[in-house]
Amino acid sequence: MPDATDLRLPYYPPDHGSHPEPGFAGYHSTRLRTPHRPLRPLPQGLTEVTGPVFGHDRVGELDADLTRQHAGEPLGERIVLHGRILDGNGRPVPDTLVELWQANAAGRYRHEGDQHDAPLDPNFDGGGRCVTDSQGNYRFITIKPGAYPWRNHSNAWRPAHIHFSLFGQAFTQRLVTQMYFPGDPLFGQDPIFNSVRDEAARQRMICDFDLGSTVPEWALGYRFDIVLRGPQAAVFEDEEH
Amino acid sequence: MGTVQPTTPSQTVGPFFALPGALPWSDGPLVVPEGTPGAIRISGRVFDGDGAPVPDALIETWQADPDGRFSHPDDPRGPSIPRQATADAADRVAGNGAGRGAGSAGSAAGRDADPAAGGAGAAGWALGHGPGFRGLGRCPTDTDGRYWFLTLKPGPVPAPGNGLQAPHIDVSVLARGMLNRVVTRIYFPDETTTNEHDPVLSTIDEPGQRATLVAVAEDGGLRFDIHLQGSDETVFFDV
Ligand SMILES: [Fe+2]
Repeated sequence: MPDATDLRLPYYPPDHGSHPEPGFAGYHSTRLRTPHRPLRPLPQGLTEVTGPVFGHDRVGELDADLTRQHAGEPLGERIVLHGRILDGNGRPVPDTLVELWQANAAGRYRHEGDQHDAPLDPNFDGGGRCVTDSQGNYRFITIKPGAYPWRNHSNAWRPAHIHFSLFGQAFTQRLVTQMYFPGDPLFGQDPIFNSVRDEAARQRMICDFDLGSTVPEWALGYRFDIVLRGPQAAVFEDEEH
Repeated sequence: MGTVQPTTPSQTVGPFFALPGALPWSDGPLVVPEGTPGAIRISGRVFDGDGAPVPDALIETWQADPDGRFSHPDDPRGPSIPRQATADAADRVAGNGAGRGAGSAGSAAGRDADPAAGGAGAAGWALGHGPGFRGLGRCPTDTDGRYWFLTLKPGPVPAPGNGLQAPHIDVSVLARGMLNRVVTRIYFPDETTTNEHDPVLSTIDEPGQRATLVAVAEDGGLRFDIHLQGSDETVFFDV
């Protein structure tokens, strides 16, 4: 059995420039929930470079089809949403859990906290999951969510979006994000979208319309690739990062 | 070699992640199954800068097994608790995964499976862990800002310089109002000496701040409160 000095651990460099400004003032709920003290550096050890490994039998085939969770079909524009989970080196992230959740076509979540005066859809819950294949591919069938109002500022509306949760293969790679649709007129006034200060980074949250994955006479296709932090070459654990 | 592709930005988990079939797992807080010998219950509350409980946070944990090992390709030692080949089959019978695909009846059973096992309103899909140790926990906070986990105390983990890190659990905190996940660590109160030599804890000079990372023995379990802001703000890490 190798001892600790034989351990070679990858290092996952951070990419702070791509992420939101933590206390972004335009998003008012950050005010009491963003830590004030500077974050302390945490050397990446075994706990940080490891993470849960998921088998494909964790999820069922229908978990990735949000249109078949009830007796009838949900209302809305049916879409195929697919893409790859990659790391920063462009390598696919296989066997990782992809979870998503979203509002229905009317912009209403099946959640007691959602008081938006829009109808629930008895045939739509809005949660789904799958595990990526050996090439990092995922694929969901769902409906396009509606935009919805919120109370951040006067006449505030969230652009249509789908929430994503990803584990990658290491604790350092954990990512929760939101995917937006091309050309949404609501981008300019949304402080959550704009909390990402880098314009190119914001574009990476917008999926592409994908004619190739459209199913003729059935559903439109969208493609959304997600890039997690990538590992640098392995180093001996007793070397300084 | 450097990172060649910039990452997809983080966004807040928002207020609605707990809708049916979304992030809460019915067995999320069970890092080990109930009834596991030696299991400890860790619970705590999450508070905002006004000291008010945060009722819509999602707490996740990741930790080594009792021998300080991980079931992961980057831990060449491998796990000390063997994973059984039948584990996933057992999960299926429990009503999630492929069991849900069996039609609407199976679907309903999977969704409603044992809501008591989850956090607040956590009726939902079960992640499953077979008979063994999963390393991963997930619990949404309830209306009092409370979360909990049932787990085994991790062993010490190898550290740079051939040293050892004191037993610890990495914690991710996600919530509405937080644009990025923040990370903290739970250390154990019965590890006074190991904690003193821990390469992370020992760099925190201020005793009050160091104390925010050490759980408190209480009611036969451990309490670990998380203060997002304020004079007793928890120490958070940039990982
Ligand atoms: Fe949302």
